[in-house]
Amino acid sequence: MSRDRRFPDEVAGPFEGPPRRFEDREGREIEIRAHDGSEREYEALAAMYDEFDPADRAQGIPPSDERRIREWLDNVFCDACLNVVAWNGDTAAGHATLVPDDDAHELAIFVLQEYQEAGIGTHLMEALLGHGVESGVEKVWLTVERWNQPAVGLYKKIGFEICDTESFEMEMAIRLTDGSDEGG
Amino acid sequence: MTSWHMRILFGVGGSDDSLRALERTIERASEAGDDLTVAILEEGGTDRTVDDVEADVRDALDAGGVEADIRFVEGDPGSKLVDVAESEGFDRIALSGGTTSPMGKIQLGSTAEFVLLNSHVSVSLIR
Repeated sequence: MSRDRRFPDEVAGPFEGPPRRFEDREGREIEIRAHDGSEREYEALAAMYDEFDPADRAQGIPPSDERRIREWLDNVFCDACLNVVAWNGDTAAGHATLVPDDDAHELAIFVLQEYQEAGIGTHLMEALLGHGVESGVEKVWLTVERWNQPAVGLYKKIGFEICDTESFEMEMAIRLTDGSDEGG
Repeated sequence: MTSWHMRILFGVGGSDDSLRALERTIERASEAGDDLTVAILEEGGTDRTVDDVEADVRDALDAGGVEADIRFVEGDPGSKLVDVAESEGFDRIALSGGTTSPMGKIQLGSTAEFVLLNSHVSVSLIR
C-alpha cells in the first residue's frame, strides 16, 4: 500500500548514534549497540520476544509464537534494515528497528516489560535515529495506537509529529536530513 | 447433526491480499459447502481494472472447483458491501483482514474498518 505520507519540513535532532552506555533509572548498566549480525544477538532477541508480554504487542508484532518471532526477526534484519539493541549484560532488554519503505523507513521499538519506564526507550530511539542519520536515512514514520499516550509522548519528545489521524492507528513522522545531499 | 451451509458474501478489491483471502475463502467454501457470492469492489490504491479482478476471481474459483455468483458493486466499497449483505439476507461478510506494513504490522484497510463498525451481519476478516 503506497500512500502519500506527509513529513515535517523541519529536520529533527541531532541524534547521537550507537554505542551508548548509561545507567537506567533502576540503576542497571545498559549499553546500546548497533546490530552485529551475530548468532548470540539473534538468540538473545528471540528470547526477549519469547518473554514479551502479549498485552504490549502492537498490530500483530512481535508475534507470539517462536516460529513467527524468528520469521519476523529475519524480516527486520534485512540487508537495508537498521537495528539497535539495548543490552543489560548478556540480556537483550530492548530493540529498535528501521525497515526501508520506498523513500522512507518505518520504525518500531520494543522494551521488555521489566525494563520499561526506566529511560531506555528514549536512548534506544535516539541511538537508532542517530544510526539512521549516519546511514543516510532521510525520513522515518511509525504507527501507534491512539490510546497509547506514553508512547505518543515519547515520540513527540524525540521530534515526531502526528501526520495522519484518519486511519485506525495514528501515524507519526520525522525528518532526519533535508535531503540536500541528493542530486545537488 | 445436519450441517448448516452459510451464505457468504466475499468482498474483493484489486490487492494481492484480497485475492489471497479469496483463495482461503474458496477452500473453506469447498470444504463446508458454503454458498459463496463474490462482490467485486471499486477500491482505490490499485492499477487493476475490475475486468482484471474478475479474471482473477474466475481463475481462483475454477482452481478451487467452487461455483459462485459474481457481482460488480459500484460506489463506496464498505457501505455497499454492508448494504448488499443486510438487504439480501447473507449470513456472513468475508473480506481481507488487511495488509501488513514493511515492518510486518497489521494494517486495517478503510473498507474493512467500515464493514466492522457498521455491519449487523457477522464479519470474517481473512488473514
